[in-house]
Amino acid sequence: MADLKHNEGLLVEEYGYEAIEDGFHDHHHGDKYQSGFITHYIFSQDHKMIAKQFLITGMFWGIIGGLMSLVFRMQLGFPDSDMSWLQPILRGWISIDNGVGTLDPQFYYALVTMHGTILVFFVLTAGLSGTFSNLLIPLQLGARDMASPLLNMMSYWFFFLSGAIMFASLFLSTGPFSGGWTAYPPLSALPQASSGSAGGMTLWLLSLVFFVVSVLLGGINYITTVLNLRTKGMSLWRMPLTIWAFFVTAILGLLSFPVLVSGFLLVMCDRGLGTSFFLDQIYIGGQALEQVGGSPILYQHLFWFLGHPEVYIIILPAMGLVSEVLSVNARKPIFGYHAMVLSILAIGFLSFIVWAHHMFMAGVNPFISNIFVIFTLIIAVPSAVKVFNWISTLYKGNIRFNSGMLFAIGFVSLFISGGLTGIFLGNSAIDIPMHDTYFVVAHFHIVMGVAAFFGMFAGVYHWFPKMYGRFMNDTLGKLHFWGTLIGAYAVFWPMHYMGMAGVPRRYYSFATFDFSNQFDLTNQFITIAAIITFGFQILFVVNFFYSIFYGKKQKQKNPYGATTLEWTTPIDAGHGNWPGGIPTVHRWAYDYGKNDGTMDREFIPQTEPVSPEEKEYDDKHLH
Amino acid sequence: MMAKQLKYQNTRSKVHPHKFMLWVVMSSLCMMFAAFSSFYLVRQASGNWHHFHLPQMFYISTAIIVLSTITLHIAYRAFKKGNITLYKILLPITLILGIAFIISQYLGWLALNDMGIYLTGNASGATIIVISALHAAHVLGGIVALILANIHAFALPNKVTKFRILRLELTLTYWHFVDALWLYLLCFFLVMQ
Ligand code: HEM
Ligand SMILES: [Cu+2]
Repeated sequence: MADLKHNEGLLVEEYGYEAIEDGFHDHHHGDKYQSGFITHYIFSQDHKMIAKQFLITGMFWGIIGGLMSLVFRMQLGFPDSDMSWLQPILRGWISIDNGVGTLDPQFYYALVTMHGTILVFFVLTAGLSGTFSNLLIPLQLGARDMASPLLNMMSYWFFFLSGAIMFASLFLSTGPFSGGWTAYPPLSALPQASSGSAGGMTLWLLSLVFFVVSVLLGGINYITTVLNLRTKGMSLWRMPLTIWAFFVTAILGLLSFPVLVSGFLLVMCDRGLGTSFFLDQIYIGGQALEQVGGSPILYQHLFWFLGHPEVYIIILPAMGLVSEVLSVNARKPIFGYHAMVLSILAIGFLSFIVWAHHMFMAGVNPFISNIFVIFTLIIAVPSAVKVFNWISTLYKGNIRFNSGMLFAIGFVSLFISGGLTGIFLGNSAIDIPMHDTYFVVAHFHIVMGVAAFFGMFAGVYHWFPKMYGRFMNDTLGKLHFWGTLIGAYAVFWPMHYMGMAGVPRRYYSFATFDFSNQFDLTNQFITIAAIITFGFQILFVVNFFYSIFYGKKQKQKNPYGATTLEWTTPIDAGHGNWPGGIPTVHRWAYDYGKNDGTMDREFIPQTEPVSPEEKEYDDKHLH
Repeated sequence: MMAKQLKYQNTRSKVHPHKFMLWVVMSSLCMMFAAFSSFYLVRQASGNWHHFHLPQMFYISTAIIVLSTITLHIAYRAFKKGNITLYKILLPITLILGIAFIISQYLGWLALNDMGIYLTGNASGATIIVISALHAAHVLGGIVALILANIHAFALPNKVTKFRILRLELTLTYWHFVDALWLYLLCFFLVMQ
C-alpha cells in the first residue's frame, strides 16, 4: 500500500478537474466488475448499490411499521369500533364476539413494540445512516469505494437477516415480542411472563444481535474510510458536514451497541440458563421463582447507555443531510461551519453521559439524577448552536424551494419543537409527572421520529439523481411535504396536552378512567390525522418507484450547482465512481455565493484550485 | 481478494486500512467488556453477593495464554526476518496453547461447580462464568485466525510477502488483545474480591 505511487498528472482538460491517477482502471475488472445480475443487484459490493439496498429495505420496513401504528391507533381512537374487517390479515388476534371484532390486548402491545423496534432500528438507523453513509462517504470524499467492500456487503446482509428473523416472529402463534422496544426485564427475561415473551422475544433478541453486527460492520467501514481514504486535499476540515455527521454517528454506534449486546447476553442467560442477573422474587401463577437477587434497573442502565446515543445515531445523519441541503439550496455557505462540527462532536460526547435521564423515575438516587439533569440540559447548547446556524444559513439566502429544501426546513422546525420538550423532560422535577405519559411520546416522535424522517426525505429528494440518474417529481414532493408537516403536527401536538393531563402511554384502553374521557375526541382526531398522514407517505413511495423508471432525466452532472465531489462523477457512475483519476480537493465544501473584492461567483466546486489573488484576499479578510 | 481490491485505494495514512479496522473493532470490544465490568461493580455494590476464591485453574490458563502470545510474537518476528523454520515451529505451538487455554478455562468452570458455584443461584458466580465465557468466545475467534495462519504457513510456498506479513500481524494484534483482555479480567476479578 505504502508504495502506491500517485501520478499527479494534471488532467484538468479531460475531466474538468485536477485528478490523481491511482491505477484503478489498470485492473481488468474495471468495466466488467460485478456485471452479472446477482453480483450487481443482490450480492453487490459497490457502495452505491448497497446504499440503495439499505434504502429500499428501510422503506419496506417503514411501510410495515407505519401500518402497525395505524392498527393500534384505530384501537386508541375508536376502541368500540368493529375491527372484524382486519381479521383476514390479523386472524386470531381479532376476537369476534356478537359480530363485533376487537383487537387482542396482547397483540396491541406486540404492535406497539414492533412499531418501536422497527422504526428505531430498521428504518431510522439502517435505512437512514446505512443508506446515506454508504452513498455519500466514498462519493463526497473522493474514494473509489469503502475501505472494505466485502464487509460492507456483509453489513447489508446481516441487516437483511435480522429483518427476516423479526419478520418471522410476526407469524408465531404466541406473537412477536410485546414488552416495549426497550425490552425491560422481567417481561423480556422470563419466557413465561407473557405470550410475546416466549418465542417472540427469543427471535427479537436474535434479530437485534444480528442487527448490531450489521451496524458494527458498517461502522468500522465508515470510520476507516473517512480516516484513510480521503482524496488528496480533503483534510478533515474540508469535509462536508454530512461526512462529519456520518463519522461521529459511526463512532457512537461502535461504542454504544456493544454495551447493548452485553445487556442482551445477560438477558439471554436469564432466559435460558436460569441465572438471575435481572430477576428478583417473582411470582408466576402463585409460584415463587428460584431466581433471586437480580435487579432490572441494571438492565435499564445497560440499555440506555446505548439507548440515548442511539437517538443521536438517528438524528445526526439527518442533521448532516439537512445542513448540506440547506446550504446548497440557500446558495450560501453553511453558517458557522466550525461551530457545526464542534457541536456534532459535543453532542456525540455528551450523549454518553446523559442516559439516566430515562430513569429518573426508576429509583435512581436523586443526587445522581441531578448530575444527569445538568449534563442533559447542557446538550441543549450544541443543539441550539446548530439550530441558530441553520436559521442563519437561510437568512437572506437565495432560497430554492424544492422538495428537498422544504423537508430540510421542516426538519429545523420539528427539531426546535421537539427539542424544547426535551428540556422540560430533562429536568427531573418536571419529569416526575411527565414520565411515561403521552408527553414523552410527543417529545420523541417530533424530535426523533418525524424530524429524522424529514432529514431522510430531504436526502432522498436531493440525492435521488445521484442514485438513479433521474429526478423525483417535485410537485408530488411538495404535496408530500405539506401533507406530512401538517399531518405530523396534527398527530403529535395534541399528545402534549394529553401528557400534561397525565394520560399514560402504553395503555390498551382508557375506558376505566374518567379523567381521560375528555380526550376521546382528541384520540379520534389523532387517529384520523395519522391515517391521512400515512396516505401522504404512499404518495412518496409511488413517486419514488415511478421516478426510478420514468422520472425526469438528469442531464447535467451537477444539477444543483453544488460544490461537493459527488457531482463530479458521471451521471451513471460505474464501479470506482470516477472514470479516470480521482478529483483532488482545494477548498472547503461551502463556497457558495462567493462575492468579494476579487470575484463574484455563484459557487466554486471543491476541485477548483484557489487562485493567488483569492488566497491573498481570503488571508487578509477571513483569518 | 480483498488485498487486490484495496490496491487501487487512495490511502492517505501510514496505517493499513485493515489494521485500522482491527483497532476499531478492538475498541468496540473494549466497550463491551467495560459494560460487563460496570455491571459487576454495580451488581456487587447492591448486595446479596457471595465471595469466593478463583479456582487454581484460572491461574494456569493465564500462564498458558501469556506463553502463547509470546510464542506468536516470536513467530511473527521470525517470519518477518525470513526465519521460516522457527515460524513453522512456533505457529502450531501457539495454536495448541490457544486450544489449551480454552480447555483450562473449561476446567476452571468445572472447578467452580465443584465449589458449589453454578450459573443459577447467587449472581456472583454467574457473573464470573458469563464474563469469562464471553472472553473465551473471543479467544475462539482468535483460534480460527490461528488455524488459518497455520494453513497459510504449511500450504503456501515459503515466501515472505508484504501481504502475508500484514495478515500475520493482524492475527498477532488480535491475539495480543484477547490476552491482555484476560489479564485485565483476572486482575479485575481479584481486585473485586
Ligand atoms: C434538547 C435535547 C433533549 C433533551 C433534554 C431530552 C430529554 C429527554 C428525556 C429527559 C427523556 C425521558 C423522558 C421520560 O421517559 O420520562 C427523553 C425521552 C426520549 N427522547 Fe429526548 N431529549 C432531547 C433530545 C432528543 C433527541 C434529539 C432525540 C432523538 C433524536 C430524543 C429522543 C428521545 C426518545 C426516543 C425518548 C423516549 C424513549 C422511550 O422512553 O421510549 N430526544 N428525552
Ligand atoms: Cu435520552
